[in-house]
Amino acid sequence: MLDNNQLLRFTTAGSVDDGKSTLIGRLLYDSKSIFEDQLEAIENTSKRKGHDGVDLALFTDGLKDEREQGITIDVAYRYFTTPKRKFIIADTPGHIQYTRNMVTGASTANAAIILVDARHGVIEQTKRHSFIASLLQIPHIIVCINKMDLVDYSEEAYNKVINEFEEFSSKLLIHDIRFIPISALNGDNVVNRSKNMNWYQGAPLLHTLETMHISSDINKVDARFPVQTILRPQSESHRDYRGYAGRVASGIFRVGDEITVMPSGFTSKINSIDTLEATLKEAYAPMSVSITLEDDIDIGRGDMIVRSNNKPEPSQDIEVMLCWLHNNPPKPRAKYSIRHTTNEQKAMIKEVIYKINIESLDRNTEDKELKMNDISKVKLRTTKPLMIDAYRENRTTGSVILIDDATNETVAAGMIV
Amino acid sequence: MSKYYLNYLDELESEAIFILREVWAQFDNPVILFSGGKDSILVTHLAKKAFYPAKIPFPLMHVDTGHNFPETIQFRDDIIKDLGAQLIVGSVQESIDDGRVAEEKGKNATRNALQITTLLDAIESNKIDCAIGGGRRDEEKARAKERFFSHRDDFGQWDPKNQRPELWNIFNGKHFEGEHFRAFPISNWTEMDVWNYIKRENIAIPSLYYAHEREVVWRQDSWIPNSEFLVLEDHEEIVTKKIRFRTLGDITITGGIESDADTLEKIANEVSGMRQTERGNRSDDKRSESAMEDRKRQGYF
Repeated sequence: MLDNNQLLRFTTAGSVDDGKSTLIGRLLYDSKSIFEDQLEAIENTSKRKGHDGVDLALFTDGLKDEREQGITIDVAYRYFTTPKRKFIIADTPGHIQYTRNMVTGASTANAAIILVDARHGVIEQTKRHSFIASLLQIPHIIVCINKMDLVDYSEEAYNKVINEFEEFSSKLLIHDIRFIPISALNGDNVVNRSKNMNWYQGAPLLHTLETMHISSDINKVDARFPVQTILRPQSESHRDYRGYAGRVASGIFRVGDEITVMPSGFTSKINSIDTLEATLKEAYAPMSVSITLEDDIDIGRGDMIVRSNNKPEPSQDIEVMLCWLHNNPPKPRAKYSIRHTTNEQKAMIKEVIYKINIESLDRNTEDKELKMNDISKVKLRTTKPLMIDAYRENRTTGSVILIDDATNETVAAGMIV
Repeated sequence: MSKYYLNYLDELESEAIFILREVWAQFDNPVILFSGGKDSILVTHLAKKAFYPAKIPFPLMHVDTGHNFPETIQFRDDIIKDLGAQLIVGSVQESIDDGRVAEEKGKNATRNALQITTLLDAIESNKIDCAIGGGRRDEEKARAKERFFSHRDDFGQWDPKNQRPELWNIFNGKHFEGEHFRAFPISNWTEMDVWNYIKRENIAIPSLYYAHEREVVWRQDSWIPNSEFLVLEDHEEIVTKKIRFRTLGDITITGGIESDADTLEKIANEVSGMRQTERGNRSDDKRSESAMEDRKRQGYF
């Protein structure tokens, strides 16, 4: 592995029927990321269950109930590395609590793989996956048209799926979309180029994942630094040190930059950017550093340091696309804790503007009751202003979660419009 | 000209530092669970970075089974001294003496499962609300489902089917009195990442990880070290081999592998060619297919 190799996080959307588990198994197996004892365990289970051959899908099962019932309950994370990149797969289940899990897996992903069965083309599920991928603003979408072996590797079948996909996806906000014809079962165009589809000029899936440009996935323009905690060593060597610890959410900070602390509005200049190894001239997302300022001002957790010439908008009335994640629906006028970066306030849902029919993508302004897995546009009112950016501009400062104080559970995730 | 992106190790490091600072900000009384193994050493190293130039603002906690490698205890004491940190020890022997747990019987008896009670007792008596561990999702199938911030009820139990969703980088550590969390800052690291990072940062690790001559016996497909706790079977024989350990647990259950890797460079090269998972040499995981999940549900690390 080279020192400048990057980390790419992707999510896989689809069900066992689409060949999702086979595809993941194929990627891990062909990149030599499955260990012998893991393979042995899967072989034993396959035999015990009376399956023909090795069922690679078993590799992606984690919990006892999942193995017994042959379903996936929760997001599972898989890892593999090639000489070019390290990969994290957020493997989201196809059936149970689908939206909740895909939203979770998609929230940190650079790329989404959407699987389409070449025989069936674009179906409701494909639309649902693509909608969530665009809602969560996953920067890169790869549509894998799978089971090409079952349509005689036909270019016509492949083009038909692309046409169908482009027709409905024109309504969605997707920046980078690619199509790859594959057979996960036989390995065509997964790791190795297929000999059965000479008409396809593009790269196989793994090569695409290894080479796609992801450095621009993080916003490099708007400098945002949510403060996590204050470092005050009060030691001999650092008697007066007062550092603001945090992770740069977006943009670049340099020593000497004029900054504003939100929400107080106090201004100062960056005095130093520190890490254990070195004092830095600049820090960029997603680096974790400690920042000191030239002036002694009152700053605490939840405050945000930003460059004075580019500030987020403080707001108490916030429109978000809200995904409800919990079994218990919201109670009318109920108050929740809202988390935005490191800031926590109280919020209530003032109005449900519309609910999205996740099958047809139509807006429903009649039925406004939020249930688990529903996605809707809502108006929130917070007790104090949050320093927000639009989610499409900034995934870190544009996202919120709601927590039910009665149970402490995370009940909803919101993307600021 | 700067590149303005992080390489994968820097990104993993930054993520872990972020998690450690979130733990400190969201909990009143966290500890690092320190076993003397490479993963907890790594977490401690990352905590040093997270709070620099301040000291690590919380104690380290060791659950001492009494079945230790002497090298591990020495290493633990040295690192505590070096950090100027506080050490909390939960003793399995005391749990046995107090009648909280009973020693397992039979030739494969270990104190592995007994640790759960000692750990939960120590968490309760020290009023710990977050125990930071070195668990990684690539280690084991139940751990692949683990959150960064993982809730434990007031019996210390994990409910894997009912976990809080974790979105973006927003971590919800809210809890009621008596409940606690486990936090896993290196969730996204693989064994290879850990070794590459240890090599890059030149982090001190116990000598047990390096190839060395040791008295061992061949049992359950690996080399079990000779110790005062080892009971030999008739057919078994103690031999001296050049071995090293891929993971460290109790001396009674941690199997070594034959190896000549005596530098970090050689270890990293060896690990990259490994075809068995690191826990393959741990007899505690071999008991059943869901051995780890069952222990984790009860409150294991």
